[in-house]
Amino acid sequence: MADSIYPRLIGARLRSQMSYRASFALDLVTQVLAQWIELVVILVLFGHVSALGGFTKDEVLLMYAFAGIAFGIADLFAGQLDNLPTYIRTGTFDVLLMRPLGTLPQIMVSDVRLRRVGRIIGAIAVMVYALAHVGIGWTPAKVALTIATPLAGAVIFGAIWVVTCSVCFWIVEGREFANAFTYGSNAFTSYPVNVYSAPLRWVMAFIVPGAFVAYYPSLALLGKQDPLGLPGWVGWTSPLVAALAAVVAGFVWRFAVRHYRGTGS
Amino acid sequence: MIEVRELRREFKVATSKGLRRNYRTVTAVDGVTFDVAAGEAVGYVGPNGAGKSTTIKMLTGILVPTSGHVRVGDIDPSKQRRDLAKRIGVVFGQRSQLWWDLPLGDSFDLLRSIYRVSAEDYRRRLDECVELLGLQEFLITPVRQLSLGQRMRGEITAALLHAPELLVLDEPTIGLDLESKERLREFLADINTRRGTTLLLTTHDLDDIERLCPRLMVIDHGRVLADGPLEELRAEVTPDRELVIDLREPGPAPDVPGVTAVRSEANGLRHHLTFRRAETTAAQLITQVVRQVEVHDLAVVEPEIDDVIRKLYQRELDQDIRR
Repeated sequence: MADSIYPRLIGARLRSQMSYRASFALDLVTQVLAQWIELVVILVLFGHVSALGGFTKDEVLLMYAFAGIAFGIADLFAGQLDNLPTYIRTGTFDVLLMRPLGTLPQIMVSDVRLRRVGRIIGAIAVMVYALAHVGIGWTPAKVALTIATPLAGAVIFGAIWVVTCSVCFWIVEGREFANAFTYGSNAFTSYPVNVYSAPLRWVMAFIVPGAFVAYYPSLALLGKQDPLGLPGWVGWTSPLVAALAAVVAGFVWRFAVRHYRGTGS
Repeated sequence: MIEVRELRREFKVATSKGLRRNYRTVTAVDGVTFDVAAGEAVGYVGPNGAGKSTTIKMLTGILVPTSGHVRVGDIDPSKQRRDLAKRIGVVFGQRSQLWWDLPLGDSFDLLRSIYRVSAEDYRRRLDECVELLGLQEFLITPVRQLSLGQRMRGEITAALLHAPELLVLDEPTIGLDLESKERLREFLADINTRRGTTLLLTTHDLDDIERLCPRLMVIDHGRVLADGPLEELRAEVTPDRELVIDLREPGPAPDVPGVTAVRSEANGLRHHLTFRRAETTAAQLITQVVRQVEVHDLAVVEPEIDDVIRKLYQRELDQDIRR
């Protein structure tokens, strides 16, 4: 994006949120806490067992943190897609089509809520804790992987969001369906993949590439074998999978918008 | 500026019957053909569901036609939506393109970036609109706090910042009070004559047409029923004109050949006479009338534009029945 319009559109959104400073601060804290409440579930679980699918508490926390950061970033930009049914019903989507910009980026910057950053902050704190406790043999490549993983994960989540929300162009109230995948895959990715049943695992690893958000990269960082037998290099392919997911999502969106303009409102 | 040939657009409408879903094809626009030259101001009218909005959505690239040919400024709207967007402005009376919780001025500033208008052009165009539309005091008001009339002025300014060659307005005066309507009409007439901006507007308010549009297109059931200057349509559809005379003393209506006395009021003080515009002129008629009776006051009444359009619909209906 060579033009500077999208940062400006985001800036405009942020300015209007900052005008309510007190409620903004409160929202932010609430979001950090919300992220940590999910953490409690994991901690309680490990109060009863010492390992989950062969992973220690700190290792699971690392996956949870990666998934949390990735989901937080994706939610910041793609969460707006939840408004798509309203956009279609009220004709706001037509307004987006009137402008000399792409529809998807316009929606993504339409409602960036900075308070969602709270979730990301909360998850980063957990990541820092987990990284300090799991004992990783650090190499430059692993440092790069640690940084790339949440970003690639965010792209994967974003792609899931775009693809599933595209359903709304056919079924206007398709939001529940979409949310099952977006929020559902967030829950899925926070735990080691091998605790799930085989069909779900298979779908989440390769159809909806949720397992590439946290599970496989964590294996690579921890230097662990995949209990399910996939080779070790798989953990390094998340950025590639993310790029592929983004391309697929782009095509699906274009197809959906073409459908809308072809048989639209 | 606009070239439309045999434009058609169908929709599939789901009709649920129990659990089974059937689809029925509805033709919203059914073979519409017209041209609009640069600098024209055209009113596009018709009842609800006539196909006005669908036509506009196809002209602006929001919808893709089922068949037919559309060019707007030599651009195919469905294929080059974004290129077209830079050259046209669109105002929908019932939806906003402004940012709801930002000050009005911030919306303009964002649109400046979206359309990549130079700072200099932006300043000049904005100042002009702000002055003519009296928006100065609202620039710092969040859009959600504006009245409908203020917001519409904002919408029109927003659509003009990139100096479009064509401005498309869908029901721009809907819901506005008389003063706001008048102000908008005056402004639109001004940019049409002075800047040469082509105007295409749909409306239910026929005063908009009377004030703004030398040319009128009437559409119903997806087809153009009439296209031409308002005066011509009036003459064609309602060939009768009416002369109202007030007499000094009550008396019978004057008897002039070719004139029908329709009714009288106030015990014969006022008479309504109709005459064929093709057969006699108002001047000839008045000369004959004043020879017979002593006239206190008189007026020639043109049929209301509503009547013209109602008659057009009626004629279409009659033809449908005959088929």
